[in-house]
Amino acid sequence: MAHIQLPNEELPGISGLFTFRPETAVPLRLLAETLLRGNSILTSGERELIASYVSHLNDCHFCHTSHGAAAIAHLECDINLIDDIKQGFQTIPISLKLHALLNIAAKVQKGGKQVLVEDIEKAKLEGALDEEIHDTVLIAAAFCMFNRYVDGLGTWAPKENEAYREMGRRMAFEGYVRS
Amino acid sequence: MKCIIKLIFIFHYIKMPHIPLPSHLPGITGLLEYRKDTAAPIRELTQILLRGDSTLTAAERELIASVVSHNNECTFCTSAHTAAADLLLGESETCEMVKQDIDSAPVSDKMKALLKIAKLVQKSGKAVTPESIADAKDNGATDLEIHDTVLIAALFCLYNRYVDGLASVTPAEPEFYQYLGERIVNHGYNRLPQGYDHLKIQS
Repeated sequence: MAHIQLPNEELPGISGLFTFRPETAVPLRLLAETLLRGNSILTSGERELIASYVSHLNDCHFCHTSHGAAAIAHLECDINLIDDIKQGFQTIPISLKLHALLNIAAKVQKGGKQVLVEDIEKAKLEGALDEEIHDTVLIAAAFCMFNRYVDGLGTWAPKENEAYREMGRRMAFEGYVRS
Repeated sequence: MKCIIKLIFIFHYIKMPHIPLPSHLPGITGLLEYRKDTAAPIRELTQILLRGDSTLTAAERELIASVVSHNNECTFCTSAHTAAADLLLGESETCEMVKQDIDSAPVSDKMKALLKIAKLVQKSGKAVTPESIADAKDNGATDLEIHDTVLIAALFCLYNRYVDGLASVTPAEPEFYQYLGERIVNHGYNRLPQGYDHLKIQS
């Protein structure tokens, strides 16, 4: 049971919190939509991988698995590859640029000051543009918020990867701003 | 001489943001202008949480923002929200004590419990214990107050990482934060209708 009384206890993760406070749900949904599906040089698949990876580093099972499922829907990968995100991308083929951006995201997860000039230079050397670095840092920072919101209020989350397949598909193709 | 020039160059190099940001807008202010479509929901969320209807006062909510930013060691956000809290409270002792030792601060027992929850959220969502929630409820905190405390603390974990993760400029002058605190108190968190070009003249 969550730390606060939610109108619908059956809704997992952030979904239950959205029904508790619809007013704050509006900008939270729009932020996710803009960051993960809005204009960016990074593909939505790449952005969902960043979101899922940061959520894993924050030990937030709901966000890790749901955004992993969204990444898999975009990338047309097997659902089991959600676990590959935890292993540090052994199987999912990712570019050297995305590798460098994921390194920046991991630094942001620890703390903003952890991002060093060398980390930025490495990403630029692999072809990352300023806008991509900006979006990577903001996605990582935003998931440091979403993860704390979800776990700080003690919401529940389905355990198995399979339970997230349909959720991930909807996140990927229907988006985050839904009625 | 050459060495001095090199040192100055290195100094500036270290102080440079990781991406090109408008020089008249330090800290978060330039980032929110860099990409306005992501800034809009972040601003709206902040306006609702820190300035919207709430049983917590605006000052109490600024204290939450200050303590989280302080623990994330984000100088820009800590200074700006401390300035806002001080202006709203009319004194500067409370916020300082909240940052140093919550139990000794002159705030209600309910606020102490909520500030302790915020500090746990700063560490991690999972760090929030049923005991810390029970303590807040025992001291009269409502579910909505607990919700908003957690979300404000989480939001500042975003802000602090955004500001420092891109190495945006942190002004050293206290006057800057006094001015920013006044802007927060008087205008809130929505984008100024006229934008920020007028600040170019000042800088």
